[in-house]
Amino acid sequence: MINGLWLIPALPFVSATLLILFGSRLSRKSIAAMGVGSIGLSAVVTALVAIGFLTAPPPGHAYTQVLWTWISVAGFQPQIGLYLDALSLVMIVVVTFVGFLIHIFAAEFMIEDESYGRYFAYMNLFVASMLTLLLGNNLLLVLLGWEGVGVCSYLLIGFWYREPANGRAARKAFIVTRVGDCAMMIALFLLFTQLGTLQIQDLMQRASMQWPVGSAWAFAAALLLLGGAVGKSAQIPLHVWLPDAMAGPTPTSALIHAATMVTAGVYLIARTHVLFSLAPGAQLAVGVVGAATLLLAGFSALTQHDIKRILAYSTISQIGYMFLALGVGAWQAAMFHFFTHAFFKALLFLGAGVIIEAVHDEHSIFRMGGLRKKLPIAFWTFLAGGCALAGLPFLTAGFFSKDLIIWQAWSAPGGHPAFWIAGMLGAGLTSLYTFRLIFRVFFGPVGIPVTKRPGVAMKVPLVILAAFAIVAGYFREPLLAFLHSALPATIEAHAGALTETGSEAIAGLLFVAGLYLAYAFHLQKRSFSDALVANPVGRALDQWWFAGWGFDWLYDKAFVQPFVWAANVNKSDFIDAFYTGLGRMADTSYRWLSSTETGHVRWYATAMAAGSVLFIAMVLFV
Amino acid sequence: MLNAAGLAFVVAGSRWHQADGQVMFVFILAMAAAEVAVGLALVLQIYYRFKSLDVDAISEMRG
Amino acid sequence: MELTFYIAGAVAVISTVLMLTQMNLVHALLYMIVSLLAVAVDFFVLGAPFAAALEAIVYAGAIMVLFLFVVMMLNIGKHAAETERQWLTPGIWTGPAILAAILIVEVAWLVQGSYAGLGTGATGPKEVGIALFGPYMIGVELASLLLLAGLVGSYHLGIRKTEIPEIQHDTDTDERRADTSGDLVLAGTDRSARTA
Repeated sequence: MINGLWLIPALPFVSATLLILFGSRLSRKSIAAMGVGSIGLSAVVTALVAIGFLTAPPPGHAYTQVLWTWISVAGFQPQIGLYLDALSLVMIVVVTFVGFLIHIFAAEFMIEDESYGRYFAYMNLFVASMLTLLLGNNLLLVLLGWEGVGVCSYLLIGFWYREPANGRAARKAFIVTRVGDCAMMIALFLLFTQLGTLQIQDLMQRASMQWPVGSAWAFAAALLLLGGAVGKSAQIPLHVWLPDAMAGPTPTSALIHAATMVTAGVYLIARTHVLFSLAPGAQLAVGVVGAATLLLAGFSALTQHDIKRILAYSTISQIGYMFLALGVGAWQAAMFHFFTHAFFKALLFLGAGVIIEAVHDEHSIFRMGGLRKKLPIAFWTFLAGGCALAGLPFLTAGFFSKDLIIWQAWSAPGGHPAFWIAGMLGAGLTSLYTFRLIFRVFFGPVGIPVTKRPGVAMKVPLVILAAFAIVAGYFREPLLAFLHSALPATIEAHAGALTETGSEAIAGLLFVAGLYLAYAFHLQKRSFSDALVANPVGRALDQWWFAGWGFDWLYDKAFVQPFVWAANVNKSDFIDAFYTGLGRMADTSYRWLSSTETGHVRWYATAMAAGSVLFIAMVLFV
Repeated sequence: MLNAAGLAFVVAGSRWHQADGQVMFVFILAMAAAEVAVGLALVLQIYYRFKSLDVDAISEMRG
Repeated sequence: MELTFYIAGAVAVISTVLMLTQMNLVHALLYMIVSLLAVAVDFFVLGAPFAAALEAIVYAGAIMVLFLFVVMMLNIGKHAAETERQWLTPGIWTGPAILAAILIVEVAWLVQGSYAGLGTGATGPKEVGIALFGPYMIGVELASLLLLAGLVGSYHLGIRKTEIPEIQHDTDTDERRADTSGDLVLAGTDRSARTA
């Protein structure tokens, strides 16, 4: 059963190819059947492979399937090889299962779009690339999947390409992640030249043998890999693309920018955790990046008006939690949070899609209101997802995963009280902005009347995801134990005055505090929030956080404008001048020559006489 | 000018006592006659079109 | 003999210069005829009587007369004399004078040292005729083709479609005729529908 591993990325890839070639000629039913069916089949195969892996674990808890040798040059033979261990198994289960539910949702959500086939082609191609990324056994294949998801992200963000703003958002996403990709490629070059291989397992072994802890090479490689991860996972400083990426269709935002692609960075760091263990400085950098991002994004989410942008900043913040976990060495906690986050974030995005469609494409939460009566299923599932995000104690998955991270930010070997405080503060912020969103959209007076209710294909995935958002938390112990085989366990190094339950209690208190503040400001007395924004200090903070702490402005001033200036200066460089000069010379000589054609007969006669005199003189004397 | 060229030919023919110089002169003469006929017809056309024989007035084919 | 040659040559040069500077067009043409006749005398002295005869008959007698016909037909007269007076300023002569001077220098340089006296014996019409219808037969045919082309060309170019305003026929006062005298096609037709 495990032998069917190659089918998992192959099925969506074949479907994508067929849809690209024939999509315009097929009916919507066929397109949906192929697009959704391929992911469904892939999910089934994943389930079978998982069962096979769990019941009869292969030696070393890792299964490698080499399909063929990709390149064969002296000293460099990367293969198309798939590597299955606990880490990749968890991830592909999530990707295929959540992807399948999102595809079902998209089948109905996008039904009126004219480029239905193109959409599913891109989505399938994306899933195929993501699975390649997750299953690749060498970093070059991972890079292939990495670039593939980047391309699909660009194609899907700019799906409605007739709007120039969508194209700009797509380009921004692609270029910003490209910066990260360059760092990653340099890391690959470094690893290959120093260690001689790109096979991940061999790489990790050679690194741990050749490089001592704290070696400069390991530090450089790990830092560069962090650079790549930061781009793809939208962390500081390369996070600016994700809020704008909400220009794409909502199922895309759910799949790519919540559940799967943005976690590719987390996967990369988890996969190469040996390098990070060898370079404590780099690991600390991971943690710092994660902590800073989760706070920054949390504050920004607090001020946004667009429902999808709130969720985008929330995603950035939650992935910050995952990075924080990786930074302190809590590998399994990071993966567990990824597991739960995929469910509730996809749920929240799909719910947002339902809401947006229902209120006729309105995105601003301040214009919506009182939707809970008209969209009951959307309301209850959204509430479940929101509570999971905010961390409702004991009832939701988010509580278990987030609190594990926060606790291990304190207690893990790499932990530090500052990280714990950041995590706690972030939890409070999360609760606050989540319930601000829920109270504004679902409660209060009705803003825009509901024009469209979701159909079955949109409701069922919501319900299933909501069920998982609640239940997934109980998977904690089995999942962590399962991941032991792939990732090192996190030992409790220093607990000090705090215990895990104590930390959980404080987190629960913060949840309630956030809920109450949101209720006070956004439901009970909405004038409070207006007054807060009217206050000069409040308004300044509001605008600053609304603009994402000014990163866009900074990048524009520091990179974009100098580059544009240099390009303008260079528009007519010396090579250009040479070629324009040729043209201009031809033009000038034309003008000289044509000025001899005056039309005056006497001038012509003079010219002839002078010419013949000259000619005779030349013949005689020269 | 044609006359001058013809003079040169006749002188050359007379110097070497050959008829060829005069033969060339005859040809030049025939050519001059044809040229004058056509040229004067052109002059007539210019006069009819431009109402004057100012050679500077007919400079319409400018570069 | 040689003296005749030089006198005739001088007459030719002087009359040509005079032709260039005349204000009156007919006078200029008359001077040109004098110059051509002087050159004909030169030919005779050089021993080319046939060329001399041809020069007088064809050049001076046909071509220059054709010039005179056209001049008199166009009837420019006084207006042309006045404009010539305006245009022929002394400054005009500088360019042509320089070029002509250079040419004279070149010709002088060319012919220096090759001085042979006037030859004895004339090459008469008989020799020229034998040469023309012998080796130069093709040239004769080509010349006749050239003349045909000149004939057809000058006929075609001479067609006048527009009317000359100053030529008026005022013989018939009650019938207004359009002037069709220059138009070969419509000559003599009565186009009373058109106003003059």
